[in-house]
Amino acid sequence: MTEELGLPGQDSDGGSEEVVLTPAELIERLEQAWMNEKFAPDLLESKPEIVECVMEQLDHMEENLRRAKKGDLKISIHRMEIERIRYVLSSYLRCRLMKIEKFFPHVLEKERTRHEEEPSSLSPEEFAFAREYMANIETYLKNVALKHMPPNLQKVDLLRSVPKPDLDSYVFLRVKERQENILVEPETDEQRDYVIDLEEGSQHLIRYKTIAPLVASGAVQLI
Amino acid sequence: MFCDRAIELVRELHRAPEGQLLAFNEDGLRQVLEEMKALYEQNQSDVYDRLLRIRALRWEYGSVLPNVLRFHMSAEEVEWFNHYKKSLATYMRSLGGDEGLDITQDMKPPKSLYIEVRCLKDYGEFEVDDGTSVLLKKNSQHFLPRWKCEPLIRQGVLEHVLW
Repeated sequence: MTEELGLPGQDSDGGSEEVVLTPAELIERLEQAWMNEKFAPDLLESKPEIVECVMEQLDHMEENLRRAKKGDLKISIHRMEIERIRYVLSSYLRCRLMKIEKFFPHVLEKERTRHEEEPSSLSPEEFAFAREYMANIETYLKNVALKHMPPNLQKVDLLRSVPKPDLDSYVFLRVKERQENILVEPETDEQRDYVIDLEEGSQHLIRYKTIAPLVASGAVQLI
Repeated sequence: MFCDRAIELVRELHRAPEGQLLAFNEDGLRQVLEEMKALYEQNQSDVYDRLLRIRALRWEYGSVLPNVLRFHMSAEEVEWFNHYKKSLATYMRSLGGDEGLDITQDMKPPKSLYIEVRCLKDYGEFEVDDGTSVLLKKNSQHFLPRWKCEPLIRQGVLEHVLW
């Protein structure tokens, strides 16, 4: 697939640096982002460059298929590949959307209080979607309340009533880059903090909160 | 039982002889207000739960809901649904390319390229690929590209025939 398409992918990192990826590398990045997003309890950093490049890639592949000779055996294989990539991309975006909807007041609050230099968890389009989602729910609750319930009852506070992501949930991970001195907080009061090293290639079951920054940096891969 | 306390308070007021003002039953009132709050919160969560189910309908049935489902929804819920699907459509269109990406498709990982399907109702002409089309008549069976069939399967027009 890679050689035939002859397409260098482009991954721009906030405009400061341009990294050229082969299509295979791009898809690998997509799959890693997809798995991390699937297994992390929290909404991860948005990766609009990956989404954009993969969409371009899919367009190129479709274009090549249209130009190919009918009955060519390669067509089936390429078609299969397109389907597979589209599935992974759709699944990745769906996963993110579901987390945005599930934790919408917290996601929006986090974005509101984010510092300039911190990367955003929401793409501009996801942000628009999240805002619309919240407005829609607020309007609905207001309409229903006005119709059915007496006004002396308190207005619902969405930040309080919608649960937050459970950062204490456990995740499986594989270590990509060796890490030293990771502080593990105790679960119960009797236990004490302890420190572990993560060897490259090793696999662990650990609380998400402990290793969240390592997922963001790419040092570990959730599995 | 709910409302017992509230009813009791009202009864007390009625039983009091004309002109007499009873001691303000702070405790009783507080209990009633607490009960109201609990009921209100329970109702809120039921109402919200319904909304979540309606949202799930968009993902399951597509942007046009079957009539029978729509009749079970309140006017406010229908309005919510319409706003939601519009918001979702805007988002999907923004994903790039000409028409964006419809992420409500491709819900399952692709296993095979072509699948055997049976037509459950008359649908008419259906374009498959590069111009060729098939006539989907009730009970006809076809060997078609999986990705083309997915939306029709979800709508109940086609049925995936498993060997």
